[in-house]
Order: sequence, then structure tokens, then C-alpha cells
Amino acid sequence: MANILECTNLVKRFGHFHAIADLNLTLETGKVVGLLGPNGSGKTTLIKLANGLLTPTSGEIRIDGNPPGIETKRVVSYLPDKTYFDQWLKVRDCLALFADFYEDFDLAKARDMLVSLKIDEGAAFRTLSKGTKEKMQLVLVMSRAAKLYLLDEPIGGVDPAVRDYILNTIIRNYNEEGTVVISTHLIYDIEKILDEVIFLKEGLVERVASVDDIREKEQKSVDEVFREVFRC
Amino acid sequence: MKWQFNDQRPIYAQLMEQIQFGIVTGEYPHGSNMPSVRALALEAEVNPNTMQKALSELETQGLFYTRRTAGRFVTEDEKVVRKLREQLAEKTIRAFFEGMERLGISKKEAAGMLEAAKEVK
Repeated sequence: MANILECTNLVKRFGHFHAIADLNLTLETGKVVGLLGPNGSGKTTLIKLANGLLTPTSGEIRIDGNPPGIETKRVVSYLPDKTYFDQWLKVRDCLALFADFYEDFDLAKARDMLVSLKIDEGAAFRTLSKGTKEKMQLVLVMSRAAKLYLLDEPIGGVDPAVRDYILNTIIRNYNEEGTVVISTHLIYDIEKILDEVIFLKEGLVERVASVDDIREKEQKSVDEVFREVFRC
Repeated sequence: MKWQFNDQRPIYAQLMEQIQFGIVTGEYPHGSNMPSVRALALEAEVNPNTMQKALSELETQGLFYTRRTAGRFVTEDEKVVRKLREQLAEKTIRAFFEGMERLGISKKEAAGMLEAAKEVK
């Protein structure tokens, strides 16, 4: 199976602080992967490195064989932890922006989803509620036929109904040619939709395992194992 | 179908059990076409790969057969289903005795109590 993401001896330092410390990791195609770790463990830094928003201090990160750049942006669909749309944009403008930027963006699909969510295309972004903003951005990101989806905290701060909708959207839209990486610390909520989990701890990979292997071996949910590994 | 999961066991094993139950109770009638992997995964809110794994294992057990273009069907073999029902019944009984044992009640006592309980409505 092809590797969509490969990190080799990856290091990212901010001053004296090692946000990512000599990290090695490979991800296969066709998986839904949870990137789990407590606050400050390096989740967002890793995702930003994969998107070329940060450059490694040393080591290498490759996506589909290439270092982050124009080629990788074509195949990576990224949901950042913060919104980047200008407040005055209308939903319609955001759609146009995506259609303009990404060849693999399925405008019809995105529109269908927005209709089912009762999001008005004429509404200004700033008038949407927090949950609706999250849903809309996820719709945009998941309407691309990407090879790698990097979702940074897609379910943080939304109500349970929105969370269910988001998880459903992920299951419904990911394809066998794509890998979805979801970073979160709300493990319990997403455990059932994951193939594999990566535990990050202080910038290093603590463990990589399949959800069912963890349950089989430890007879506990991933959530419980996580609490044990990261007990304060 | 109402899907429920506990925290102790692999999800695919729990999916298998619940689908087996569905076949025995006729929720998935014999000879009927099964919903697609994705549809079932969405209904159970699980990863499609996990659902696929559960269905393949059940297919190995002979509960499903596939027609190349038409998809996956529930077996028409009554013998297989009867055997499955017996297996599930055995499991239920074992769980009953285990529960009683935790209460300090022997199998014999438990069987007696079960017999007595038959009279009670």
C-alpha cells in the first residue's frame, strides 16, 4: 500500500522548545486516522508542517512523495483550527473561492450539503453561528476529492448534534483513495470512526495502533488508554 | 437497527454480533440483499473499513454470499441460521450463569431458580 504521509527524523524547534522532536511516522492510503495528544503535544505543529505553513528545523516530511509545496497543496485538503475566511465574505463567495482554487472541488456536492444544512448562500460569514461556521468549512474541505484530508480539531466547541453531523460527513465523503487525519482530544466521540490512532506526546510518537487492536489487547476503549498514558 | 457498543471489546466483533442477531431475528431476512457497507457504516456510525471487516468475517462463516454484480446476500441455508441461533442462545445462557456466579449462586441453584421463575408471569 502506498504511503501518503512520511515523516523522517522530523524536528521543529521554537527557540529552545522542541514542538516536534525527531518524529518518524508513515501513514497509508485509505485510512481514517486519529491524531491524539494532550494540549501542546505537537498536533497542530505537525499538521502545519504538512501544509507548508511551517518549515522543519531539520528532517523531512513528504506527502505523496513530495515535500510540501504546490504539488502537495493540490492533493491535501486542510481544515485549520482557526477560520481564515474574511468576515464580510458571503457563503457564496467562499464556495467560489474554493471552486477557483481547487481543481478537485465538487461545487454541486458542496451546494447539496449546504442546502441540507439549511445554510443560506447569501448569508455573510460573520452572521453564522460558531457551529454553522464549522459545518460550512467542513463541507468545503470534504467536497474536495483529495488524497489527504487534514482536519485540525473539527469537533472542538460544537454541540453534539453538529458533532454527529460532522462525523457523518466524514464517513460519507472519504474515499478509498483518501486518508483522513483528525486531530482532537475528544477521543471518545470519534473512536468508532477511526481505523488507527497516533498518540503524540511531547513532540514524539508515543504509540501507533489500530483501534480494534487496542480494544482487543487492553479490553479498554482508546479513550481510557489515552487517559492512562497521559495521566497528569 | 439500533446499534450499541461497549468499551471493552473490538468494534468489529460487536458489529458481527449485532448483525448475527439481525439475521436470526429476521431483521435481515434470509436471501435478502444486504445494504451497502457504506450505508451500514453510516447507520452504525462506524468506520466503513471496520464494517467491511465485520461483513467479510461473517461471509467467511457462511452467513452471506456475494453475487458479483448484485452485492451481498443473506444466506438461504436454514441449517446455517439454525446453528447460529443455537450459538447465540448458548452465549446468552453462558452470560446468565456468569452473572449468577458473580452473585454467588451456583449453576445448579441458578437452574432451579430459572425453573421456578417459569411459573411467575
